[in-house]
Amino acid sequence: MSDTATKTVTKSRPVFRNINAFTDLPSYRLPVAGWISILHRISGFVMFLLLPFVVWMFDKSLTSEISYDEFTNVFVAGCGYAPAWLVKLVTLGLLWSYLHHFTAGVRHLWMDATHSVSKEQGRSSAVATLAISLLLTVLLGAKLFGLY
Amino acid sequence: MSTFGSKRIVTGAHYGLRDWLVQRITAVLMALFTVALLVQFLMPGALGYEHWAGIFASQWMKTLTFVLIVSLAWHAWVGMRDIWMDYVQPVGVRLALQVFTLVWLVGCAGWAIQVLWRL
Repeated sequence: MSDTATKTVTKSRPVFRNINAFTDLPSYRLPVAGWISILHRISGFVMFLLLPFVVWMFDKSLTSEISYDEFTNVFVAGCGYAPAWLVKLVTLGLLWSYLHHFTAGVRHLWMDATHSVSKEQGRSSAVATLAISLLLTVLLGAKLFGLY
Repeated sequence: MSTFGSKRIVTGAHYGLRDWLVQRITAVLMALFTVALLVQFLMPGALGYEHWAGIFASQWMKTLTFVLIVSLAWHAWVGMRDIWMDYVQPVGVRLALQVFTLVWLVGCAGWAIQVLWRL
């Protein structure tokens, strides 16, 4: 392509800039599928940050019966400066992250496999994802906080 | 503007496809592992150390868990790299964050593998 040809094309194109997190995001209305998408990213990031906590739980719960008791005791008596409710809250965050990431991930795989790319299906599957992951989080979270 | 030289956008062949595929393959492996673990966890028997440690006692389960740990680290690497590429523009900061991500993931994976085979 010659230089003149590219110039005429680029000149008439509208310019898109990145949105600003502070001025644009509060008024940015995302569709449900958009929320699923950004929450997928946030939940993945949360799990990345909590990975040492996960490996710590894996370590404590498996190494010996003594360490297993220490592991369960953290949810009763807390750990160091962190009271038990905080440990449970972090675990709840981890639980939600996993359930959301899992459900939204299955949605991705399903869309890849069935070439489901219509606007309607994108919306309905996003609503389903949100419903399933939140319901499971409430169910397991209630168990975590000893409600049943 | 030339499309080559120092301002060239550096992306290798099949770059995106490989990451896309890796993320999906590792995701399927982890999803299957989750189901396998849940099934064993919900097997009849009192919940406690014996039951929990028993799940990871066999060599095939240790091997599967090892595959899971590698999958998780690789999957997280692709995802975290995407996040840094999208939101962090200064090359130096981005590189530092990517190095931190690798150290974090390799460290966690090493720890988990040690726990697994010490049992």
